[in-house]
Amino acid sequence: MGTLRDKVVIAGVGYTKFGELWEKNQQDLLVEAVFEALDDAGVEPKDIEAGWVGIQYPFTGVSAGAAVEPLKMYGIPFTRVENFCASGMDAFRNACMAVASGVYDLVLACGVEKLMDQGSRGLPSTTGAMGVAFDRPSAPAMFALAASRCFEEHGWTKETLANVPVKNHENGTHHPKAHFRKAITIDDVLNAPIISWPLGRYDCCAMSDGSAALIITTPERARSLKHKDDFVKVKANEISVYTLYPWLHPEYDFLGFPSTQQAARSAYKQAGIKDPAKEIDVAECHDCFSITEILNTEDLGFCKKGQGGDFIKEGNTKYGGLIPINVSGGLKCFGHPIGATGCRMLVEISKQLQGRADGLQVKDPKLALAHNLGGAFTVASVTILGRNDT
Amino acid sequence: MIGVQAFGAYIPLYRLSRELMGKAWGLPSGPGERAVANIDEDTVTMAVEAGLDCLKDIDPKTVDGLFFASTSAPYKEKAASTIIATTLDLPRNALTQDFTDSLRAGTTAIRAASDAIVSGSAKRVLVVASEIRISEQESMEEQSYGDAAAAVLLSSEDVAAELKDFYSIQDEIVGTWRKDSDEYIMHFEDKVNVKYGYQANVIEAIKGLAQKSGIELKEIARLASSYIGPRDLAGVAKKTGLDPKSQVQDVFFASLGNAGTAQPLISFVAALEDASPGDDIMLVAHGDGADALIFTVTEKIKSLSPRLGVKGHLKRKRELSSYELYARNRKIIMKNFKSPPASPVIHWRERQAELPFYGLRCKNCGQVQYPMVRVCYVCHSKDNFEKVRLGTKGTIYTFTRDFIRSGGAEPVPWCVIHLEDGCRVFLTMTDCDPDEVKINMPVERTFRLVHQGGGFNNYYWKCRPVQG
Repeated sequence: MGTLRDKVVIAGVGYTKFGELWEKNQQDLLVEAVFEALDDAGVEPKDIEAGWVGIQYPFTGVSAGAAVEPLKMYGIPFTRVENFCASGMDAFRNACMAVASGVYDLVLACGVEKLMDQGSRGLPSTTGAMGVAFDRPSAPAMFALAASRCFEEHGWTKETLANVPVKNHENGTHHPKAHFRKAITIDDVLNAPIISWPLGRYDCCAMSDGSAALIITTPERARSLKHKDDFVKVKANEISVYTLYPWLHPEYDFLGFPSTQQAARSAYKQAGIKDPAKEIDVAECHDCFSITEILNTEDLGFCKKGQGGDFIKEGNTKYGGLIPINVSGGLKCFGHPIGATGCRMLVEISKQLQGRADGLQVKDPKLALAHNLGGAFTVASVTILGRNDT
Repeated sequence: MIGVQAFGAYIPLYRLSRELMGKAWGLPSGPGERAVANIDEDTVTMAVEAGLDCLKDIDPKTVDGLFFASTSAPYKEKAASTIIATTLDLPRNALTQDFTDSLRAGTTAIRAASDAIVSGSAKRVLVVASEIRISEQESMEEQSYGDAAAAVLLSSEDVAAELKDFYSIQDEIVGTWRKDSDEYIMHFEDKVNVKYGYQANVIEAIKGLAQKSGIELKEIARLASSYIGPRDLAGVAKKTGLDPKSQVQDVFFASLGNAGTAQPLISFVAALEDASPGDDIMLVAHGDGADALIFTVTEKIKSLSPRLGVKGHLKRKRELSSYELYARNRKIIMKNFKSPPASPVIHWRERQAELPFYGLRCKNCGQVQYPMVRVCYVCHSKDNFEKVRLGTKGTIYTFTRDFIRSGGAEPVPWCVIHLEDGCRVFLTMTDCDPDEVKINMPVERTFRLVHQGGGFNNYYWKCRPVQG
């Protein structure tokens, strides 16, 4: 098997503000994010040879026409990518593969989701008729099942989980493009209405709209563009797909997510990383729910299994800690327009590596990680990026 | 010898006090309380529960008939009996029939079941009567009714109560009725229906049966009969020379209510629960005439395995705290409940997994799994399974209480259940206080109407706490 490592680089990035963007539609969001990325790279729309757009919901747009139409990039090969919450990072994955294969030189990876028009409480259903035996509960309910089991096995409590939104909200106050920019306390989290026990309102990321985009190319081509001296290198990009119905597996323990564990293993192997907590300088990992971020730290190998609660309590993942996680504010402060999130994370860590983060800037980062987990813990994606001089 | 081989019943968990009902409307309050079906129950789900109670240790594949009786069946066109027969896992060539429209449909079905066995059309017929009376609110009728189902298995083997004789009269009287266009049960001046629709017909049927069969009314152990008002049976007893204290089966008015078509079978099952070998029990039902049947209890009554029946279900109860909650359950106060999309073809294709709850055992690694997959969850063997009907009991492995899809103030518990046969299933919980759900809690499956997506009734299983 081959490798992507150092064959593909990010030449430019762009993203919109995330939030309840009632006055903007999908076209507005994509155009803003993509054109910002094109400007950042110093290229024109006509320079783009192929594109991939991450969109989860059909109502945001079906087929790649959903991106080509607003961008007016008529005629080029373009694909819509859908893989639950990994949709955006999977669009990036496809773009990277295309450049690494040598078939394309300069391509676009973007993601967009327009959730707020649907007027539903929580994520709308993705499916048509399924049959009563295949019913899936809400997203908070699915992750709450893991929280319940962790409470039982590890003795974690709602206080343990509350450390995540408190940390991420503190980080988010510094980010100009975040949806929520207000700090909260542990008590705020504990007293919030329950959404799906034990997860309350502050344990859950909000619904929002947004878009993000990246221009991907070869190192050679990047050396003739705007970021010729500080383009960011792709060290690894992996996804791993597991089951749609974890609750039907006789031996599943709900104490971690195998898809994240597998994607991380593969990504670390590809990037040559042996001690992630020490070697990764900044990470955006999928905090759709408080329990998810805690289990992510274990599944991504930042700490041992069962230690996630203590790991965050001891401050290891705060800004300035051993492995700063979600210094942007994460999904908690940006919300989770599904197709856009993976791309937004990649934009964030690219800018961290280039020393031009829009919010809190981690000091001198060399390696950065972005992670998504979606569905019933079904799909996980892990990308590792490196600074230009790595 | 043909008669009852086994019996069972089902009474929903919740009770609504008649005092709360009277207060809701400024009406007088009758005594005690009535049973009320939960929002996810209907006459089909209750019939399945009663059937399961009846068929406790009987192989359903040996039951080749299912007769369903009700005046409140969920469909005007579409059989209820096939839903019940499939769910109870009866064989494909079982005789199924719906008996509807008359309050004596249950006893008529028993007689028809006996006729089927006599003629050789079937060997064993399960008769289930189930009722949720569709009464007008703000009325004493609403207070008087109670939701329930009862089941008897008619057979020519291991007969615990032999059907000795029967007598039927048809009488054309508009007593209680409900046209297609009527929302609720209609009735004329009560006195007329009680005197002519009920008393006259019931007494004629009792006396006619006594004469036809030669039985002495003074010697029957119990009269299990339908009624309209709780004092009606005393009047019938007087006019037929029966002692209302010792020879009339209690109808549980103050703890259940009048269960319409199911009522005579409820009374009959309750009488059988108390019966001794040699007892004669007369079963009577009114409605467009009357049916009367006489049974003689045999020694086999003593070897029937324990079941909940009427007595057990009367003990299982939880009070509803308000009339409004009952009204919501009856969908009288409409809530904005959105059903998920559903497809009749998917329902048909998946019916074995959805209704009788079949799963698979991998022939290679032995793992029991659900629903019916092509590739084993554990060893990944392809198409190497045997079908197995999954058990009803298990423990909770993990759970949540979800407010998002509950549609009400109370959350819905979603439970990952580890069934006794090692299979994992994922079901919502009903008939519970959500706060009492815990990991390792013992639960059992219960059959419910989960939603009406696609415009049809989507039946499936939920779990409930095991009681007692």
